[in-house]
Amino acid sequence: MRSLLAVALALLAAAAMAAEVAPEARRSGYDLASPEVRAMQDDDTANPGMLWVSQGESLWAKRAGAAALSCQDCHGEARTRMKGVAARYPAFDAALGRPIDLEQRINLCRTERQRAESLAWESEELLALTAFVARQSHGLPIAVDDSPELKPFSALGDELFHRREGQLNLSCSQCHDDNWGKRLAGSVIPQGHPSGYPVYRLEWQSLGSLQRRLRNCMTGVRTEPYEYGAPEAVALELYLMERARGMTIETPAVRP
Amino acid sequence: MARVLINLPESAKRGEVIEIKTLIQHPMETGYRLDSNGAKIPRDIINRFTCTYNGEEVFHAELFPAIAANPFIAFSTLATESGELVFSWADDDGQTQTESRQIVVE
Repeated sequence: MRSLLAVALALLAAAAMAAEVAPEARRSGYDLASPEVRAMQDDDTANPGMLWVSQGESLWAKRAGAAALSCQDCHGEARTRMKGVAARYPAFDAALGRPIDLEQRINLCRTERQRAESLAWESEELLALTAFVARQSHGLPIAVDDSPELKPFSALGDELFHRREGQLNLSCSQCHDDNWGKRLAGSVIPQGHPSGYPVYRLEWQSLGSLQRRLRNCMTGVRTEPYEYGAPEAVALELYLMERARGMTIETPAVRP
Repeated sequence: MARVLINLPESAKRGEVIEIKTLIQHPMETGYRLDSNGAKIPRDIINRFTCTYNGEEVFHAELFPAIAANPFIAFSTLATESGELVFSWADDDGQTQTESRQIVVE
Protein backbone atom coordinates (compact mmCIF):
# COMPACT_ATOMS: atom_id res chain seq x y z
CA MET A 1 0.00 0.00 0.00
CA ARG A 2 2.75 2.35 1.00
CA SER A 3 4.68 1.61 -2.18
CA LEU A 4 1.54 2.17 -4.26
CA LEU A 5 1.11 5.53 -2.60
CA ALA A 6 4.74 6.38 -3.32
CA VAL A 7 4.23 5.51 -6.98
CA ALA A 8 1.06 7.60 -7.12
CA LEU A 9 2.88 10.52 -5.51
CA ALA A 10 5.79 10.16 -7.92
CA LEU A 11 3.36 10.15 -10.85
CA LEU A 12 1.63 13.23 -9.49
CA ALA A 13 4.99 14.93 -9.08
CA ALA A 14 5.94 14.00 -12.65
CA ALA A 15 2.67 15.44 -13.94
CA ALA A 16 3.28 18.63 -11.99
CA MET A 17 6.84 18.86 -13.38
CA ALA A 18 5.64 18.72 -16.95
CA ALA A 19 3.40 21.75 -16.44
CA GLU A 20 4.11 24.81 -18.47
CA VAL A 21 5.36 28.01 -16.89
CA ALA A 22 2.32 29.91 -15.59
CA PRO A 23 1.88 33.40 -17.11
CA GLU A 24 2.59 35.16 -13.81
CA ALA A 25 5.70 33.02 -13.22
CA ARG A 26 7.27 33.94 -16.57
CA ARG A 27 10.72 35.49 -16.32
CA SER A 28 12.82 36.99 -19.05
CA GLY A 29 16.45 35.89 -19.23
CA TYR A 30 17.14 39.46 -18.08
CA ASP A 31 15.69 38.70 -14.64
CA LEU A 32 17.96 35.68 -14.26
CA ALA A 33 21.11 37.46 -15.48
CA SER A 34 23.75 38.93 -13.16
CA PRO A 35 23.51 42.62 -12.16
CA GLU A 36 26.56 43.35 -14.36
CA VAL A 37 24.93 41.84 -17.45
CA ARG A 38 21.68 43.69 -16.69
CA ALA A 39 23.56 46.98 -16.32
CA MET A 40 25.20 46.39 -19.69
CA GLN A 41 21.81 45.88 -21.35
CA ASP A 42 20.20 48.88 -19.63
CA ASP A 43 22.82 51.41 -20.72
CA ASP A 44 22.53 52.06 -24.46
CA THR A 45 26.11 53.31 -24.55
CA ALA A 46 27.45 50.15 -22.88
CA ASN A 47 25.24 47.68 -24.74
CA PRO A 48 27.33 46.30 -27.62
CA GLY A 49 24.11 45.33 -29.43
CA MET A 50 23.59 49.03 -30.09
CA LEU A 51 26.57 48.93 -32.49
CA TRP A 52 24.52 46.68 -34.77
CA VAL A 53 21.41 48.81 -34.27
CA SER A 54 23.30 51.88 -35.44
CA GLN A 55 24.71 49.93 -38.40
CA GLY A 56 21.15 48.83 -39.22
CA GLU A 57 20.00 52.42 -39.14
CA SER A 58 22.42 53.34 -41.93
CA LEU A 59 21.56 50.20 -43.91
CA TRP A 60 17.85 51.11 -43.64
CA ALA A 61 18.49 54.28 -45.66
CA LYS A 62 21.00 52.74 -48.08
CA ARG A 63 19.80 51.92 -51.60
CA ALA A 64 20.51 48.38 -52.76
CA GLY A 65 19.89 46.00 -55.66
CA ALA A 66 18.82 46.43 -59.28
CA ALA A 67 15.76 48.40 -58.16
CA ALA A 68 18.03 50.87 -56.32
CA LEU A 69 15.56 51.11 -53.44
CA SER A 70 16.29 51.50 -49.75
CA CYS A 71 14.07 50.13 -47.00
CA GLN A 72 13.19 53.73 -46.25
CA ASP A 73 12.03 54.44 -49.84
CA CYS A 74 9.12 52.01 -49.38
CA HIS A 75 8.55 51.95 -45.62
CA GLY A 76 9.42 55.51 -44.64
CA GLU A 77 10.50 56.41 -41.15
CA ALA A 78 11.43 53.26 -39.23
CA ARG A 79 10.73 54.85 -35.86
CA THR A 80 7.02 55.01 -36.62
CA ARG A 81 6.50 52.51 -39.42
CA MET A 82 8.45 49.62 -37.87
CA LYS A 83 7.07 50.13 -34.38
CA GLY A 84 5.55 46.87 -33.14
CA VAL A 85 6.52 44.87 -36.23
CA ALA A 86 9.04 42.61 -34.49
CA ALA A 87 6.46 41.94 -31.75
CA ARG A 88 4.22 40.31 -34.40
CA TYR A 89 6.79 38.05 -36.07
CA PRO A 90 6.96 35.22 -37.20
CA ALA A 91 3.96 36.21 -39.35
CA PHE A 92 2.00 34.31 -41.99
CA ASP A 93 3.13 34.86 -45.57
CA ALA A 94 0.22 34.21 -47.91
CA ALA A 95 2.42 33.64 -50.98
CA LEU A 96 4.51 30.97 -49.25
CA GLY A 97 1.57 29.58 -47.27
CA ARG A 98 3.66 29.42 -44.08
CA PRO A 99 4.99 31.74 -41.39
CA ILE A 100 8.27 33.55 -41.88
CA ASP A 101 10.44 35.24 -39.29
CA LEU A 102 11.82 38.78 -39.35
CA GLU A 103 15.11 37.77 -40.98
CA GLN A 104 13.23 35.97 -43.77
CA ARG A 105 10.90 38.97 -44.19
CA ILE A 106 13.92 41.26 -44.64
CA ASN A 107 15.44 38.90 -47.18
CA LEU A 108 12.15 38.63 -49.10
CA CYS A 109 12.09 42.42 -49.31
CA ARG A 110 15.65 42.32 -50.60
CA THR A 111 15.07 39.73 -53.31
CA GLU A 112 11.57 40.78 -54.39
CA ARG A 113 11.49 44.55 -53.92
CA GLN A 114 15.12 45.67 -54.02
CA ARG A 115 16.07 42.85 -56.41
CA ALA A 116 19.28 42.40 -54.47
CA GLU A 117 21.09 39.29 -53.24
CA SER A 118 19.58 37.90 -50.07
CA LEU A 119 21.74 38.38 -47.00
CA ALA A 120 23.39 35.34 -45.43
CA TRP A 121 22.12 34.16 -42.04
CA GLU A 122 24.19 35.63 -39.18
CA SER A 123 25.87 38.10 -41.56
CA GLU A 124 26.60 41.47 -40.01
CA GLU A 125 24.14 43.16 -42.39
CA LEU A 126 21.22 40.84 -41.69
CA LEU A 127 21.79 41.00 -37.93
CA ALA A 128 22.12 44.78 -38.11
CA LEU A 129 18.89 45.27 -40.08
CA THR A 130 16.98 42.81 -37.90
CA ALA A 131 18.28 44.45 -34.73
CA PHE A 132 17.37 47.91 -36.03
CA VAL A 133 13.83 46.86 -36.98
CA ALA A 134 13.32 44.93 -33.72
CA ARG A 135 14.66 47.87 -31.71
CA GLN A 136 11.68 49.91 -32.88
CA SER A 137 9.48 47.55 -30.81
CA HIS A 138 11.61 48.00 -27.68
CA GLY A 139 9.33 48.10 -24.63
CA LEU A 140 6.25 46.82 -26.48
CA PRO A 141 4.50 43.57 -25.55
CA ILE A 142 4.95 40.49 -27.72
CA ALA A 143 1.73 40.23 -29.74
CA VAL A 144 2.18 37.48 -32.30
CA ASP A 145 -0.76 37.00 -34.65
CA ASP A 146 -3.27 34.37 -33.49
CA SER A 147 -5.10 33.96 -36.78
CA PRO A 148 -6.31 30.44 -37.62
CA GLU A 149 -3.88 29.93 -40.52
CA LEU A 150 -0.98 30.10 -38.04
CA LYS A 151 -2.49 27.53 -35.65
CA PRO A 152 -1.07 24.39 -37.32
CA PHE A 153 2.40 25.93 -37.30
CA SER A 154 2.38 26.97 -33.67
CA ALA A 155 0.99 23.51 -32.88
CA LEU A 156 3.99 22.02 -34.69
CA GLY A 157 6.29 24.30 -32.68
CA ASP A 158 4.55 23.19 -29.50
CA GLU A 159 5.10 19.55 -30.43
CA LEU A 160 8.78 20.15 -31.28
CA PHE A 161 9.28 21.99 -27.99
CA HIS A 162 8.02 18.97 -26.08
CA ARG A 163 9.64 16.28 -28.21
CA ARG A 164 12.67 14.49 -26.75
CA GLU A 165 15.61 14.60 -29.13
CA GLY A 166 19.26 13.77 -29.55
CA GLN A 167 21.72 11.53 -27.75
CA LEU A 168 20.78 13.16 -24.46
CA ASN A 169 17.11 12.46 -25.20
CA LEU A 170 15.94 15.82 -23.89
CA SER A 171 13.13 18.09 -24.97
CA CYS A 172 13.29 21.91 -24.78
CA SER A 173 10.52 21.71 -22.19
CA GLN A 174 12.50 19.53 -19.79
CA CYS A 175 15.03 22.32 -19.28
CA HIS A 176 13.02 25.47 -19.94
CA ASP A 177 9.68 24.51 -18.33
CA ASP A 178 10.72 22.01 -15.66
CA ASN A 179 14.17 23.14 -14.55
CA TRP A 180 14.48 26.85 -15.23
CA GLY A 181 16.32 28.79 -12.55
CA LYS A 182 18.57 25.81 -11.80
CA ARG A 183 22.06 25.52 -13.15
CA LEU A 184 23.45 23.66 -16.11
CA ALA A 185 27.15 23.62 -15.21
CA GLY A 186 27.83 27.27 -14.35
CA SER A 187 24.92 28.79 -16.25
CA VAL A 188 21.42 29.51 -15.04
CA ILE A 189 18.78 27.80 -17.18
CA PRO A 190 16.39 30.48 -18.46
CA GLN A 191 12.76 29.89 -19.40
CA GLY A 192 13.67 30.37 -23.03
CA HIS A 193 11.63 33.42 -23.96
CA PRO A 194 12.62 35.07 -27.25
CA SER A 195 12.09 38.61 -25.98
CA GLY A 196 15.43 40.21 -26.83
CA TYR A 197 16.49 38.90 -30.23
CA PRO A 198 18.81 39.46 -31.99
CA VAL A 199 20.70 39.13 -28.72
CA TYR A 200 24.27 40.07 -27.79
CA ARG A 201 25.68 36.99 -26.13
CA LEU A 202 28.90 37.42 -24.20
CA GLU A 203 29.79 33.83 -25.04
CA TRP A 204 29.51 34.61 -28.77
CA GLN A 205 31.13 38.03 -28.38
CA SER A 206 28.66 39.03 -31.04
CA LEU A 207 25.05 39.58 -31.87
CA GLY A 208 23.15 36.45 -32.91
CA SER A 209 19.69 35.43 -34.10
CA LEU A 210 17.10 33.30 -32.32
CA GLN A 211 17.79 30.55 -34.86
CA ARG A 212 21.46 30.55 -33.88
CA ARG A 213 20.39 30.21 -30.26
CA LEU A 214 18.07 27.30 -31.12
CA ARG A 215 20.83 25.57 -33.05
CA ASN A 216 23.11 25.98 -30.03
CA CYS A 217 20.61 24.21 -27.78
CA MET A 218 20.12 21.44 -30.33
CA THR A 219 23.86 20.86 -30.58
CA GLY A 220 23.86 20.84 -26.77
CA VAL A 221 21.45 17.90 -26.61
CA ARG A 222 23.40 16.32 -29.48
CA THR A 223 20.74 16.30 -32.11
CA GLU A 224 21.04 17.46 -35.70
CA PRO A 225 20.24 21.20 -35.68
CA TYR A 226 17.67 22.55 -38.15
CA GLU A 227 19.11 24.41 -41.11
CA TYR A 228 18.86 28.18 -40.85
CA GLY A 229 15.39 29.18 -42.03
CA ALA A 230 14.00 25.63 -41.90
CA PRO A 231 10.18 25.58 -41.48
CA GLU A 232 10.61 23.60 -38.21
CA ALA A 233 12.88 26.32 -36.79
CA VAL A 234 10.34 29.02 -37.71
CA ALA A 235 7.51 26.94 -36.18
CA LEU A 236 9.54 26.70 -32.98
CA GLU A 237 10.15 30.46 -33.05
CA LEU A 238 6.42 31.00 -33.51
CA TYR A 239 5.55 28.74 -30.58
CA LEU A 240 8.13 30.51 -28.38
CA MET A 241 6.67 33.92 -29.26
CA GLU A 242 3.18 32.55 -28.53
CA ARG A 243 4.46 31.24 -25.19
CA ALA A 244 5.97 34.65 -24.40
CA ARG A 245 2.87 36.62 -25.48
CA GLY A 246 2.62 39.87 -23.51
CA MET A 247 6.27 39.89 -22.40
CA THR A 248 8.29 42.98 -23.24
CA ILE A 249 10.59 43.24 -26.27
CA GLU A 250 14.13 44.06 -25.05
CA THR A 251 16.10 44.07 -28.31
CA PRO A 252 19.06 44.17 -28.28
CA ALA A 253 19.24 42.14 -25.08
CA VAL A 254 22.54 41.15 -23.48
CA ARG A 255 22.94 37.60 -22.21
CA PRO A 256 25.88 35.74 -20.64
CA MET B 1 35.31 52.07 -40.51
CA ALA B 2 34.22 50.38 -37.34
CA ARG B 3 31.10 51.44 -35.50
CA VAL B 4 31.74 53.50 -32.40
CA LEU B 5 29.52 54.64 -29.53
CA ILE B 6 30.84 57.48 -27.37
CA ASN B 7 28.97 58.89 -24.42
CA LEU B 8 30.05 62.03 -22.64
CA PRO B 9 28.14 65.07 -21.36
CA GLU B 10 27.63 67.89 -23.87
CA SER B 11 28.38 70.44 -21.20
CA ALA B 12 29.93 70.47 -17.75
CA LYS B 13 30.95 72.89 -15.02
CA ARG B 14 34.62 73.86 -14.75
CA GLY B 15 36.40 71.48 -12.39
CA GLU B 16 33.68 68.84 -12.62
CA VAL B 17 34.67 65.19 -13.00
CA ILE B 18 33.02 63.84 -16.14
CA GLU B 19 32.59 60.21 -17.09
CA ILE B 20 33.32 59.14 -20.66
CA LYS B 21 32.20 55.80 -22.05
CA THR B 22 33.40 54.37 -25.35
CA LEU B 23 32.46 51.24 -27.24
CA ILE B 24 34.00 50.14 -30.54
CA GLN B 25 33.13 47.27 -32.86
CA HIS B 26 36.21 45.07 -33.23
CA PRO B 27 36.72 41.26 -33.37
CA MET B 28 39.77 41.32 -30.98
CA GLU B 29 41.03 38.11 -32.58
CA THR B 30 43.51 36.62 -30.12
CA GLY B 31 45.83 34.85 -32.56
CA TYR B 32 45.45 31.63 -30.60
CA ARG B 33 42.37 30.29 -32.35
CA LEU B 34 42.29 27.90 -35.30
CA ASP B 35 39.82 28.08 -38.17
CA SER B 36 37.77 25.11 -39.42
CA ASN B 37 40.74 23.90 -41.52
CA GLY B 38 43.10 23.96 -38.55
CA ALA B 39 45.00 27.03 -39.76
CA LYS B 40 45.87 29.70 -37.25
CA ILE B 41 43.67 32.80 -37.38
CA PRO B 42 46.11 35.73 -37.31
CA ARG B 43 46.03 38.01 -34.31
CA ASP B 44 44.04 41.20 -34.86
CA ILE B 45 43.41 43.31 -31.80
CA ILE B 46 43.19 46.95 -30.88
CA ASN B 47 46.41 47.42 -28.95
CA ARG B 48 46.16 51.03 -27.88
CA PHE B 49 43.41 53.49 -27.04
CA THR B 50 44.11 57.18 -26.46
CA CYS B 51 41.99 60.15 -25.51
CA THR B 52 43.25 63.72 -25.85
CA TYR B 53 41.50 66.81 -24.54
CA ASN B 54 42.41 69.96 -26.47
CA GLY B 55 45.58 68.21 -27.61
CA GLU B 56 46.64 67.00 -24.18
CA GLU B 57 46.55 63.27 -23.47
CA VAL B 58 44.18 62.63 -20.56
CA PHE B 59 43.84 58.85 -20.82
CA HIS B 60 45.41 55.93 -22.61
CA ALA B 61 45.06 52.19 -22.35
CA GLU B 62 47.08 49.27 -23.67
CA LEU B 63 44.96 46.32 -24.75
CA PHE B 64 45.95 42.67 -24.84
CA PRO B 65 44.62 39.46 -26.47
CA ALA B 66 42.50 38.43 -23.47
CA ILE B 67 40.22 41.44 -23.89
CA ALA B 68 36.82 40.56 -25.35
CA ALA B 69 35.52 41.62 -28.75
CA ASN B 70 33.92 45.08 -29.02
CA PRO B 71 35.95 46.58 -26.16
CA PHE B 72 34.13 48.95 -23.83
CA ILE B 73 36.33 51.52 -22.09
CA ALA B 74 34.99 53.93 -19.48
CA PHE B 75 37.11 56.54 -17.70
CA SER B 76 36.79 59.96 -16.16
CA THR B 77 38.54 63.27 -16.57
CA LEU B 78 38.35 66.80 -15.24
CA ALA B 79 36.36 69.33 -17.27
CA THR B 80 38.86 72.19 -17.64
CA GLU B 81 37.81 74.22 -20.67
CA SER B 82 35.51 74.06 -23.69
CA GLY B 83 36.98 72.22 -26.61
CA GLU B 84 37.46 68.96 -28.35
CA LEU B 85 38.06 65.43 -27.11
CA VAL B 86 39.72 63.14 -29.63
CA PHE B 87 39.51 59.38 -29.25
CA SER B 88 41.72 57.02 -31.20
CA TRP B 89 41.99 53.26 -31.40
CA ALA B 90 45.07 51.69 -33.02
CA ASP B 91 45.03 48.06 -34.11
CA ASP B 92 47.60 45.43 -35.13
CA ASP B 93 47.12 46.18 -38.83
CA GLY B 94 48.46 49.66 -38.17
CA GLN B 95 45.04 51.17 -38.75
CA THR B 96 43.87 53.95 -36.48
CA GLN B 97 40.32 55.05 -36.05
CA THR B 98 39.76 58.54 -34.74
CA GLU B 99 36.56 60.16 -33.49
CA SER B 100 36.06 63.52 -31.86
CA ARG B 101 33.40 65.12 -29.66
CA GLN B 102 32.90 68.68 -28.46
CA ILE B 103 32.32 69.70 -24.87
CA VAL B 104 31.18 73.06 -23.51
CA VAL B 105 32.61 73.99 -20.11
CA GLU B 106 31.00 76.85 -18.21
